Amino acid sequence: MELNTYQQQAFEYQRPNIEKFGKRAWFWTIFYLLWIVVGGYALYLQIAKGHGVTGMRDNVVWGLFIVNFIFFIGISYAGAIIAGLLHLFRVPWGKPIIRLAQMMTIISVVVGPVFILLCVGRFDRLHHLFIYPRLQSPMTWDVLAILTYFVGSVLFLYMALIKDFAVYRDAKLNVPKWKQKLYNALSLGYRGGASQKRHLIVSQNLLAIIMIPLSIIVSSILSWIFGMTLRPGWHSTIFGPYFVLGALYSGCGVLIVAMWVYRKMYRLENYFTNRHFTYLGYIMMVLAAGYGYFTFSEYFTSWFGSERWDSEVIHKLFDPSEYGWWTLFANLAGILLPILIVAIPKTRTPGLISLSAFMMVMALWVKRYLIIVPTLETPLLPMQDTRAEYVKYTATWPEWALTFAGIATFLLFFTLMSKFVTVVPVSGLEETRTQHEQAQDILKKDKVQPA
Amino acid sequence: MKQEEINDKSRRDFLKTAAIATLATAACGSLACSCSSKQKAATGNTVKLLSPEGEIVEIDSAYLNHQEHMAIVSKLEARQGIAGKKFVMVVDLARCKNARKCITACQKWHYRPEETEWLTVKLIKDSDKGAPYWFPKQCFHCDNPPCVKVCPVDATFKRQDGLVLIDNERCIGCKFCMAACPYSTRVFNWNEPEQPLDIKNLVYSAETGLPAKVGTVEKCDFCPDRAREGLLPPCVEACPNGVFYFGDENEDTVTNGDETVSFSQLIKDRAAYRYMEELGTKPRVYYLPPKDRQFPVERGYEDLPENIKERFKDIMEEKKS
Repeated sequence: MELNTYQQQAFEYQRPNIEKFGKRAWFWTIFYLLWIVVGGYALYLQIAKGHGVTGMRDNVVWGLFIVNFIFFIGISYAGAIIAGLLHLFRVPWGKPIIRLAQMMTIISVVVGPVFILLCVGRFDRLHHLFIYPRLQSPMTWDVLAILTYFVGSVLFLYMALIKDFAVYRDAKLNVPKWKQKLYNALSLGYRGGASQKRHLIVSQNLLAIIMIPLSIIVSSILSWIFGMTLRPGWHSTIFGPYFVLGALYSGCGVLIVAMWVYRKMYRLENYFTNRHFTYLGYIMMVLAAGYGYFTFSEYFTSWFGSERWDSEVIHKLFDPSEYGWWTLFANLAGILLPILIVAIPKTRTPGLISLSAFMMVMALWVKRYLIIVPTLETPLLPMQDTRAEYVKYTATWPEWALTFAGIATFLLFFTLMSKFVTVVPVSGLEETRTQHEQAQDILKKDKVQPA
Repeated sequence: MKQEEINDKSRRDFLKTAAIATLATAACGSLACSCSSKQKAATGNTVKLLSPEGEIVEIDSAYLNHQEHMAIVSKLEARQGIAGKKFVMVVDLARCKNARKCITACQKWHYRPEETEWLTVKLIKDSDKGAPYWFPKQCFHCDNPPCVKVCPVDATFKRQDGLVLIDNERCIGCKFCMAACPYSTRVFNWNEPEQPLDIKNLVYSAETGLPAKVGTVEKCDFCPDRAREGLLPPCVEACPNGVFYFGDENEDTVTNGDETVSFSQLIKDRAAYRYMEELGTKPRVYYLPPKDRQFPVERGYEDLPENIKERFKDIMEEKKS
C-alpha cells in the first residue's frame, strides 16, 4: 500500500498507539474489567434467584435495562447515519472522524441488545425466537432488524478498514506474531490495484446507501415496541421519527465526546481539529432544535388534548414531587444547553462543546427513563396495590451494577479497538485546509519566490 | 391433590380417557394409575392403557386414581380449544359486595401465592361525584387481544373457543404482553413459584397452567380444564351473591350456578357493557352496570383485613369525609 506524505505522517504519528498497549490502557482495561466482574455477579444473582432481584414488578415490567437498550442502540444508529452521510457526500473534513463513528456504531450495537436480553425471564429459551417466530410481533421485527443491522454495520466498518489493514501489514509493525498475522488475514491481500480499488469503493458506497435507511427503519421499529401498545405516553404516531431524531442527536453527542477524549489521550489535535468540533457542534445544534420541536409537540398535544390517561402521565412528568426535576434536567441539558453553547461564539470552543455534548447525552439517558417508567406506572385500571415496589419502580443494585458493567464494556471495546486500529484512518486521508489557510500559503509562497 | 375413589360409571369413562392421554403424553410423574398404599378390592373390570414405554397394559379400574389438574388433552388440542364452544362471562356489578370468596377460590385452585392474584376486585369511582362500586376483574379474553398480537414466540394464543391462554413452556418472559395489555391482567413469576411437590411434578398443560414456571407470564385462564369436565370456574362457584355468569355464547346460555339464563337476553335487559370498549379489544367479559345495588359499598370495606383495606383507603376515606 502506497501512502502519500501526509498519510505516511499520520500513520507514523499514530504508530505507537497500535504497537504498544501502554500502562494507561492496562489501567483502564483492568478498571473496566472490574466493573464487568461486578456486573457478572449481579447477572449470576438474577439468573440464580430470578428477576425478583431487580426492581421490575407486574406494573413496571421494564426498567433500567430497556432504558439502556434504547440508549445504546440509539448511539449505534446515529453512528451509522453520520458515517454513511460523511462517506456518501465525500465531506472532506469528515474523513478523520468516519472511523470513530463506525466504531461507535458497532460497539453500541453489541452492548445494546445485551440489555434487552437481561429483561428476558428465560435465557434458556432464547432460541424460541427463531424456532417459533411470530411475524406479527414488533419484538420479532426488532430481532430481525437488529441482526440485519449488526451484519451491515460490521461489513461497513470492515470495508473501511481493509485499506488500513494493508497499511499495517506492510508497515512491519513491531507487534507480536499473531497480530501481524491477523492484519495480514484481515487485509484480504489488498494491494491497491485499480480493480481492487474500484470494487472496494463500490461496496462501500452500496453499504453506505443501505445503512442509512436501515438505521432509520431499525430505529423506528424500536420505537414501535412502545408505540404499538395502547399505553398513554407511548401510543403516539410521532414515536418513529421521534426516536430516529433522538438517536441521531444522542449519537452526535457521543461522537463529540469520543473525539474529545481521543484527542486528549493520543494528542490528535492535528486530525480532530477545532473545526471538527465546531462543525459537529452545528449539526448537534440543528438536531437539538429538531428534537426539541418533537418533544414540545409530544407534550403540548397530550397536555392540550387532556385525555384522562395522557394528562395523568403529563402530570407525573411535570410534578416536582414525581419526575418534575428530571424532566427539567432532560429538557434544559438535553435541548437548551447545546443550542446555547454552540450559538454563542464565545462558548463555541472544543472543551465547552464537548461538555455540553456530555451533559446532553446524560440528559437523553434520563429522557429515555422518562419515556419508559412514568408510562408503566400509569396503568389504565387503578393499581390498588399495597406493595410499594409494585406501585413505584426503584432500580435495585443488580440493575445499576449491570448498567455500569454495560458502560464499562462500551468503554473497554473503545480502548481495545484503539489499540488494534488507528483511531484516525490512515489510507485515503486528505489534508483538508480552510480557504483561509490556503490563502496564507499562497501569500507565503509569493513572499518566498522573489527572494 | 385429591384422591377419590371411583364411584360412578361416567366418571370411570372419563378417567379412562384421561389416564390414557396422560400415559401417552407423560414425560414424568403424575401417572393416573398407581398402586396406592391402601389395598383396594379389585372390581374385575380391567382397563387397557398405553404405558410410557409404549406397551399396552391392563389394569383393574379400582387402581385408577382421579387426579385434578391433570393434562388430559394434547398440546395441539390445548391450542385449538374446545370445538363448538365460545366462552363468555357476565359480571353483575349490582350484586358484588367485595366478599372476596372468588379470589380465595381462584388462588386455591390455581395454587397462587398470596397477593399474586389472577382475579382482583377493584374499587372503581368513575367520576368525582360518582359513587364507588366494587369491580371484579379477570382476564377479558379479548377477541382482538393486544397481548397475543405482540407475543414474539406465539406463547400466548387465541383459541377457537374464545379463550386466550399461555404456553408457559414456550414463553421466553419478555413481558411485552404485560406492557401491551391495557387491563393489567397479567402477572409474572419473578421468583421460583412456591408450589406443593405433587403440583410441581405434574405434566404441564396450557389448559391447567400447572406447574407454574419461574420467569414466565401467567393470567386468568377461565379454567378450561374444568370446562372440559363440565364444571364452572371456582370463582363462579364460590361467589355467595351470584355475581359471575359463565357460559357459552353459541348456546346462548350463561349460569351463575343458581340460575341459568339466556346470555343475549341478560345483556339486553340489563344494558351490559364491555370495559373500555373504546380500546377496540373486544373483551369476552360483559359487565352489568351497578344500578340498584344490593349492598352498600361499605359492606365490602369495613371487615377487610388491614393490609387489604389499605388498597381502597384513598377512595373510601375520601367518601366518608
